[in-house]
Amino acid sequence: MSAKEILTGAEALIRSLELENVETMFGLPGGCILPAYDPLLKSSIRHILVRHEQGAGHMAQGYAHVTGRPGVAMVTSGPAATNMVTPLCDAFMDSIPMVCITGQVSTTAIGTDAFQECDTVGITRSVTKHNELVMRAEDIPMAIRQAFHIATTGRPGPVLVDLPKDILQNKMEWNWPTDEEVLEALPGYRPTTKGHSRMIREAAKLLLAAEQPVLYLGGGVLKARAAEAVRELAELLQIPVVTTLMARGAFPDDHELCYGMPGMHGTATAITAMQKADLLCALGARFDDRVTGKVATFAPDAKIIHVDIDPAEQGKVRKPDVPIVGDCRLVVEEIVKAVKEMLADGVERADITPWRSRVNGWREQFPLTYDQSEPGARLKPQYCLERLRDAATDDTILVAGVGQHQMWSSLFWKFNKPYTWVNSGGLGTMGFAVPAAIGAKAAKPEATVWAIDGDGCFQMTAQELVTATTEGIHVKIAILNNTYLGMVRQWQEMFYGERYSEVDLSGCPDFVKWAEAMGCVGIRVESPEEVDAAIAKANSINDRSVVVEFRVEEFEKVFPMVPAGASNDDVLLHPSQESRREFLK
Amino acid sequence: MTTINTNNPYGDSRRHHILSVLVQNRPGVLARVSGLFARRGYNIYSLAVAPTEDADYSRITIVVDISATPLEQIVKQLFKLIDVVRITELDPRKTVERELMMVTVKADGDLRSQVTELVAIFEAKVLAVGTDVLTISVDGTPQKLDDFEELLREYGIVESQRTGRVALPRLDREARKSATKGKAS
Repeated sequence: MSAKEILTGAEALIRSLELENVETMFGLPGGCILPAYDPLLKSSIRHILVRHEQGAGHMAQGYAHVTGRPGVAMVTSGPAATNMVTPLCDAFMDSIPMVCITGQVSTTAIGTDAFQECDTVGITRSVTKHNELVMRAEDIPMAIRQAFHIATTGRPGPVLVDLPKDILQNKMEWNWPTDEEVLEALPGYRPTTKGHSRMIREAAKLLLAAEQPVLYLGGGVLKARAAEAVRELAELLQIPVVTTLMARGAFPDDHELCYGMPGMHGTATAITAMQKADLLCALGARFDDRVTGKVATFAPDAKIIHVDIDPAEQGKVRKPDVPIVGDCRLVVEEIVKAVKEMLADGVERADITPWRSRVNGWREQFPLTYDQSEPGARLKPQYCLERLRDAATDDTILVAGVGQHQMWSSLFWKFNKPYTWVNSGGLGTMGFAVPAAIGAKAAKPEATVWAIDGDGCFQMTAQELVTATTEGIHVKIAILNNTYLGMVRQWQEMFYGERYSEVDLSGCPDFVKWAEAMGCVGIRVESPEEVDAAIAKANSINDRSVVVEFRVEEFEKVFPMVPAGASNDDVLLHPSQESRREFLK
Repeated sequence: MTTINTNNPYGDSRRHHILSVLVQNRPGVLARVSGLFARRGYNIYSLAVAPTEDADYSRITIVVDISATPLEQIVKQLFKLIDVVRITELDPRKTVERELMMVTVKADGDLRSQVTELVAIFEAKVLAVGTDVLTISVDGTPQKLDDFEELLREYGIVESQRTGRVALPRLDREARKSATKGKAS
């Protein structure tokens, strides 16, 4: 790379992506981004051609979820950019590092309502961590370096770089900015990673003094790669752990200290442990409304330690007693150190054995449960999940769409390793599963990737199975087909007097034929006896993608459930457990 | 951490705070700031923006209405904007503030001399003279402008425009302490 090397903006873009160690990217070309697709022909980067831009975005997310590296998507201007809005917003809500390159009309045409022009940076401003319209070819390398820096540091998130067609075609003198130059160009961006030492000691003190503590893990634990540090803290003090929807796998489900997922569809034990706690140590969690239920009655007696890299999360929902802004891994390691020092100095540890046995009592009384299907009746979705789970290894990556099947997946699967669970938490994007599974599998070809999808979700993005087939990315999809928009149907049953409005999807297509038309193997399962054989067959096929359609009970509901706006004290248990509710007191 | 100023010089009905926000002078930065306020439901009372002594930076002076949102949350969310370099919450008691107002007021016949008398007292300027109206500019503290406007109202204000206030800390050590260096995530 001589200093005087002259490149086109497009060549500079592709070289910049290579220098950022991009190995795989997802996209679909079009008018304004055309110049960038030419140098891509000679590049080492694998480009996966999608069938819809939304698919490229979710694939990039799936890739980022399982690797921790930024997912990269590249699409053209106008409708392609607007199709990318949903994945960007999804990545923003779930703090997924992602870099999105969009084409734009030439700088001379911007603002003229040119063909396929839209105000991409304006439209995506509120759904990205940052975005930038680049107006000179020589600025492309810096824009790309900044995009990767911003996407992956601090609280991760999506960054969009909008590139007009003429600047991709213009010549520029190649220059790769140094780390110092990148930082100098971002004087307002200095994420705090190291926790405040006095606050860390305060946190250690509270953890030692608490009689009823709970570790409340959020997605930030995974983003910070803090799972090991958190495990050390939990084991050192024997503190019960709950893992939110975004943190499933951050602490092993088979660990005796793990009490599963809290929140609207959490386990009764996790919900109640938080409610009764005298100390909640929130690590990379944001007190989401789906976790807290009615905020005014959430964990009323708990002091709060809140560790988060985003200062704006401190006090946004619940005022912390000990706020610590910093990287979860660094902070937890420091807390562990401080706790050990205090123990060595003879600081007395509160006795938490009564609390432990109380929480264990709830776990015994209120296990996850469902009614097995009557002979001859429809399959139960939970049964399908249990059988899929029992046939899987700890390394299997599970991806879900959004709805009942997502909650059952989170509840009934056993996540024993971090980065084996991929789902859309904050935004709740139906149609996430199929493309996200393809992105995850593209990142980890050696792993088995199962997507659990609903029939509603599947019909939103399943055209990407063609992408999977043509690119040789073999995923496995289990459709829990209840011929309904199941979660909406559940709410209409429970809260709208069984008045079912526009939730019936019984006019669904033949999913087996659909799978076959896309070059996949299609399997239909209608009775419990067929389940194991179908799963075994799906697991044995490694040269094609497989779609298994489980025809499941239409009226099955997800329990436990905290109705929207209700207090977590009023969690609705599975009907078979309601008679034991006083044990939760 | 920016401290929240609870001593309100305007009384409870006007819960206004002044934020002086230093931003990188880049396209779209004002849209980022105003978009954040709109998206999170914060109220802007007034806003003034112009480049600083260093052309790479602009200063946005925002007067926020915090009756609905804690100032701390607004400041933290603003910090998350990559282009925001520094936010200073200015305590009105330790701040020099100025605002400019232009006003066209009815002033015919005998009343004209009364209006020009007010112009003299308030050190305002007559910018244009019509047969029965005057256009006047006045600068000073927002309070002074309020007073002037109130007095002119009797004569009949045809049109008026205020710039929104700009502010800088007073040159003592106290006021500088509340400056918070930019950080984000």
